[in-house]
Parts: sequence; C-alpha cells; structure tokens
Amino acid sequence: MLDGFSAEMLARVQFAFTISFHIIFPAFSIGLASFLAVLNARWIWTRDETFLVLFNYWKKIFAVAFGMGVVSGIVMSYQFGTNWAVFSDKAGPVVGPLMAYEVLSAFFLEAGFLGIMLFGRERVGEGLHMFATGMVAFGTLLSATWILSVNSWMQTPQGHGMNDVGQFIPLDWWLIVFSPSFPFRLVHMVLAAFLTTALVVGAVGALHLLRDRLDMASRRMFSMAMWMLILVTPLQIVAGDFHGINTLEHQPVKVMAMEGHYDSHENGAPLILFGIPNAKEKRIDYSLEIPKLSSLILKHDLNAPLAGLDTVPDDEEPPVAVVFFSFRVMVGLGFAMLGLGLWGIIARFRGRLFAAPMLWRASVVMGPMGFVAVLAGWITTEVGRQPYTVYGLLRTSDSLSPIEAPAVAASLIAFIIVYFFVFGAGTFYILRMMGKSVQTVSAEKMRQEGPLRTASATPATQHAAPKGGR
Amino acid sequence: MLGLELSFIWAGIIALSVLIYVILDGFDLGVGILFPLTKDENERNVMMNSIAPIWDGNETWLVLGGGGLFAVFPLAYAVVMPALYMPITLMLLGLVFRGVAFEYRWRTTRWKRLWDMSFFGGSLVAALCQGIALGALVQGIEVENRAYAGGWWDWLTPFSVLTGIAVTVGYAMLGATWLNMKLEGRIQRHMRRLAWPFGLATLVFMGLVSLMTPFLDDVYFERWFTFPFALFSAIVPLLVAACAFGLLRGLQRQRDIQPFLCALSLFVLGFIGIGISFYPHIVPPSLTIAEAAAPDSSLAFTLVGTLILLPMILAYTGYAYWVFRGKINPDEGYH
Repeated sequence: MLDGFSAEMLARVQFAFTISFHIIFPAFSIGLASFLAVLNARWIWTRDETFLVLFNYWKKIFAVAFGMGVVSGIVMSYQFGTNWAVFSDKAGPVVGPLMAYEVLSAFFLEAGFLGIMLFGRERVGEGLHMFATGMVAFGTLLSATWILSVNSWMQTPQGHGMNDVGQFIPLDWWLIVFSPSFPFRLVHMVLAAFLTTALVVGAVGALHLLRDRLDMASRRMFSMAMWMLILVTPLQIVAGDFHGINTLEHQPVKVMAMEGHYDSHENGAPLILFGIPNAKEKRIDYSLEIPKLSSLILKHDLNAPLAGLDTVPDDEEPPVAVVFFSFRVMVGLGFAMLGLGLWGIIARFRGRLFAAPMLWRASVVMGPMGFVAVLAGWITTEVGRQPYTVYGLLRTSDSLSPIEAPAVAASLIAFIIVYFFVFGAGTFYILRMMGKSVQTVSAEKMRQEGPLRTASATPATQHAAPKGGR
Repeated sequence: MLGLELSFIWAGIIALSVLIYVILDGFDLGVGILFPLTKDENERNVMMNSIAPIWDGNETWLVLGGGGLFAVFPLAYAVVMPALYMPITLMLLGLVFRGVAFEYRWRTTRWKRLWDMSFFGGSLVAALCQGIALGALVQGIEVENRAYAGGWWDWLTPFSVLTGIAVTVGYAMLGATWLNMKLEGRIQRHMRRLAWPFGLATLVFMGLVSLMTPFLDDVYFERWFTFPFALFSAIVPLLVAACAFGLLRGLQRQRDIQPFLCALSLFVLGFIGIGISFYPHIVPPSLTIAEAAAPDSSLAFTLVGTLILLPMILAYTGYAYWVFRGKINPDEGYH
C-alpha cells in the first residue's frame, strides 16, 4: 500500500499527520480555557445566570476537546524517540529540558486542576473553583510558551555548542529559550488560538441566533466573540508581519519560498498574489503580481533588493509549492477574519448585531476557518524549515531512527485509521453538542439533578438520541 | 564528579516518576481492565466516576517519564524507543482509545457499549505493552554506535510476554483494591471478590519473573546472589510475604484502605527489585547511567526547576485526591 516510500518520507508523513491532528485541539483549548475563566469570573462578579449556563455549556465541549488533546499529545511525546532517534540523541540535551519544563510546569497544572474545574464547584466552593479554572487556562498558555520555545530554537538555533559525539550542548539557556524567532512565534500562535476559539464561539452563537434571535446566552457569546475578533485580528496581522520580517532576517530561504521568489530582484521585488510554482522551470506560472510591494512589506522600501532562490543551492531549498500555497491560505483567511470583524463592529454600532442574519451566516461559515489558518501557518513554517530539523545544522535525513520502511508504514496506517475513527467520533460529538442550544443543555442538566447524576463533565444523556437526529 | 552525581540524582528522579506513574495509572488502567467483569450500567458508571477527576493527572507521569528521559538521558531515549517501536506504538494507540472513552461514553447512548469496549481494550493493550516493554528492557537491548542495533522482533520473547501478563494482572489487582476502597454496596463486594484471584495471580507472576530474571544474565545472577545484595534478596521475599498477608487479610476482614496500600507496596517492592538489577545501567546491558546522561548544563538546568516544581505537583495532585476523597456516591452529582 505504501510501497516505494522511504522510511524517511513515511516518518515525515507520520509526524505531519499526528502533529496536525494534535495542534487542532490545543489551538482550541488554549482559547477556550481562557474564555471559560472569563465566563466564570464574570459569573462570580455579576451573578448573572447567563454566564453560569454559558460556562457549563462550553465546559463540556472543552472536556471533550481537551481529552482529545491529551491523548494525541502523549503520542507526540514518544514520537521523537521512535521515529527520530538521531535527532533525539543530538538535540535532546537542548530541546529535551524545555519539553521537560512543559510537562512539569504546564501539563501537570492542567491535569491537576482540570478535575476540580469540571466536577469540583460544589465540593471546593466558588473561590477555589475559580482558582482551578484560572490555573487550567494558565497551564495551557505555559504549555504553548515552552513548546514554541522548542520549535523556535529548531528554527533559529543559538546558545549551543557541539560535543565530540555530535550532540548539541547547551551553553546559554537564556539564549536558547529566547531564540530570535521565539517572541514573534509565541505571540502569533497565542493570538491564533484566541482567534480560532473566537470564530468557533461566534459561529455557535450565530447558529443559535439564526434559530432564536432573542436568546440571551446566544447573544452574549456572539457579542463576546465579535469583540474578540475585531480586537485581535488587526493585532494578529501586525504580529504576522513582524514575524515575517524576523524570518527574513534568520531564514531568508523560507521567505523566498513563501513569496515565490525564484529570481533575485535588484531593484524592488514584486508581491506575487497568486500563481502556480513550477519547480522544473524554477518560476511561478500564471503569476499575478504587484510590482515592488514585496520589498515594501519586507524591507519597508520600494526599491530594496531581495535575493531569490537562484542564490540557493538545490539541496538547501524547501518544497516551494507547499510553502507558497499554505502561506497564501493563511494570509487569505486572516483577511477574511478581519472582514468579518469589521462587519461585526459596523453592525454593532448600527445597533443591528442581533438582527443581522447575513452576518450570522457568514460567522457560521467562518467557524472552522481558524483551524484551517493555524494548520496552514504551521505547514508554512515547518515545511519552510526543510531540509533541516535544526535549521542549517541538522538535516532531516540525518535525524531519522534506524528504522525500516515497513514498520513506519504499518504504524502510520494504524495511526490514520485510529485517528480518523476516534477523533472523527469526538468531532461529531462536539458538533452535536454545539448544535444543541444553551437552554436545552441547561434544561437537561436540571432534569439530571434528579435520580442519576454522573461525575463526567458531560452527563449521561437521559434520552435516546433520535435516529439520525442531532 | 559533580556531573556524575547529577546523572545519578536524575536516574533517581526518573525512576521515581516511573514508579509514581505505575502505581497511579496502574490502578486506573486496572479499572479499565475490570470493566467487562460487570455488566451493570450503574456499576460501570461509578467505576468510571471513581477515576474521572484524576486519570489525566495520573497519565501525565508517563509523559514526564518519556520527556524526562529525553531531557536528561537523550541517548537512552534514542535507543529504547526504536527498540520498543511496536509495543510503544501499540501502547500509545491503547491510551488514545481509553483516554477518549472517559468523555465519549457519556455523549452517546447508541454507542456507549462501543466506548466501554474501547475503554477496556485500550486499558488492556496499554497495560500489556507496558509490561512487555519492561521485560524487553530487563532482558537487554543491543546498542552499537549510539543507536539501536537489534531486530524488529527482539522485544518479543517468552520472558517479555510473562512480564506483560504480570503487569496486566498486577494492574487489575490495583484496580480492584482501589474500587474496593472507593465504592460501596454490591459493586464493592464484587470488586473485593475479584481482588482475590488477581492478587494471588500477581504474587505467582511476581515469583516467576523474580525466578527467571537472575538467569537472563550473569550480571543479574551475581547481583542477587553475592554480598551485599544477597541481603536484599533475602529481605525482599519476606517483605513481599508481609504485603501479601496484609492484602489478603485486609480483603478477608473487609477493610477498605489496607488492601489497596498493600497492593501498592507490592508494586513498590517489585520496582525496587528491578532497580537493583539495573544498577548502574539505564539500558542494560550496554548503557550506563553516566554514559547516557546529557551534558551537565542540561542536567543542572532541568534539575533546578524540577526541585521547585515536583513538590508543588505532588502538593496539588494530593489536593485533588483530597477533594475527591471518600466513597463515590452514585447519587452525588458534581455539577
């Protein structure tokens, strides 16, 4: 089935597949944990029941998404060793401690307080329950910080030496943790997580407004999501621009691939809006260009020279087409989010936020787009790092375990089948939960105060689901 | 010199993490393994509810074990993971199936049985694979030139299958004694009854593994039958006998906590025994603790945070257990 693929290719596909599935869940739970903390704080502050029912509604969705994040994350923590043993041996002394800190400072915090957040409100009281909720949110952010520190060091390594067996040895931890791309990458990713969650919350709010425009809880979550969107999207575009300029400084080849610059430009490089990269001829076919704009964006000077891939040896080039397209998907979605945010703020100031079916429909369509943008962004940066795992220092082909293709193929097939089945089911359950209105869920909960109540964050459904129904 | 000491401190911390993992996740994997032994919906609900608030924290110790190895013994991590490619991959898939079951089974009526099966199957596979991995480690891993040099099926031997079964029944014993402690009424009596066969089977398998281990390798043989370790060889069986007595007596007298504590102690003793066999290797027979250790700067940097964070982790984990202490009341809700 997967004959003819090298072990390296299969291991790369396996990593891409498992990490792509994994990142979806943290991207959602980072934002959602903070959203839940805000809802809980506002409930304590205002004693407005709407916040409490919203908290309970999103708490269940969070529990399912978080569970999926946990199990897909455990797979990641072992995959470095199984498929990338040489990388683990060589880079372990530098990146291992950062990952260990992620476990010690973040994972335990999330896991330790999650139970209290989900099931403990009555047992520990409002104050400690709020603390636990805050700790879960804080844990997700800490986790992002450490893992992005690891990734940033792999992209822009510094602060290390080499020993005689070829291992990277840490010389200056400060430089390692705060490698040049780290601040930009961290801000960019955390904002992305908040946007992703805002789009999902907004879509769920909009969906229920389309059914019942008077519902208070739907109005509240839609409004909160729209505020988030208009405040964060412009920040994200600026952060992305800074991140790009930083990448140009440290990984110019990646930017050449993102921009599709096969040729060097002495006198102002054009911005290629769209085209089809042609790897054979080393040019972009059917390209639609705006002259000199690329130089303006990257160098803040219309006539600044920009080198192209013609200055780079072939074995240093990343796969241009993948990077080129994924970058455009990410940027395009970013501007679509900005458009939605502007639409929302205009509707709000006209007092028509809760009388705007077209805006609601657009919000529902945009609901999953945060995930697509996050994936596209990660594909851009990770594929753009090729052919290296540690940029410029350790090649991907030299990072592999001494494994044989059939073993990697077998485990890859197993992961694909299991992931589609398990996470497909989880996604289905989450969508079904989102399809229920906040009032319905709240009423179900009231019924459950009766004979049987469970310790799950998601109580046993008392009614049989109608066939084919939600 | 300091470096050497650091690597030994770290070996101790990693060993402690793995031990904590084994006893904590051991009982909650055990609950999964016992799942098919009751058919009653409500009984299954309370079994699951007894671990729902804490399972995630328990499993995090496994991530610390792997992540810690990666950080401070990268060479050991780089050798062991490919050597145990299949059992590790299967274990991870098992953990996926059981981890999601905690939430999924409440989300559906039609498929609840399926997620019950997934909870059981995932727990069983994960436990078996952990035991097999342990056996494969004990019997030794071939290393050449900073890489695994053995074959794809080296991990599969009669000995590793034996340790796989031993760990699985051991986890089931931990699960049964945990449920005996946390539950009430008919289901508690059921679990107390089940603790007998699993407890006795665990003792039998512990004995078998202990008898086989010294004959796997002369080093182990000498270790166990020469002074000063011979002393330990003499003491351990006595301690095991004491724990076994405490376990069975506690079950007989219908004690809640005593059987669980004795079952945990059995695991601790077994773990110490394995540790003594291993020392001073981290991957027997070819990698010593000192050889596999990362540079001092990695060890020191990670140690500082660990010494601060580990006590904090133990404190709030303990607090979470304290919050959810006592018997699970089937009528009590947590919302």
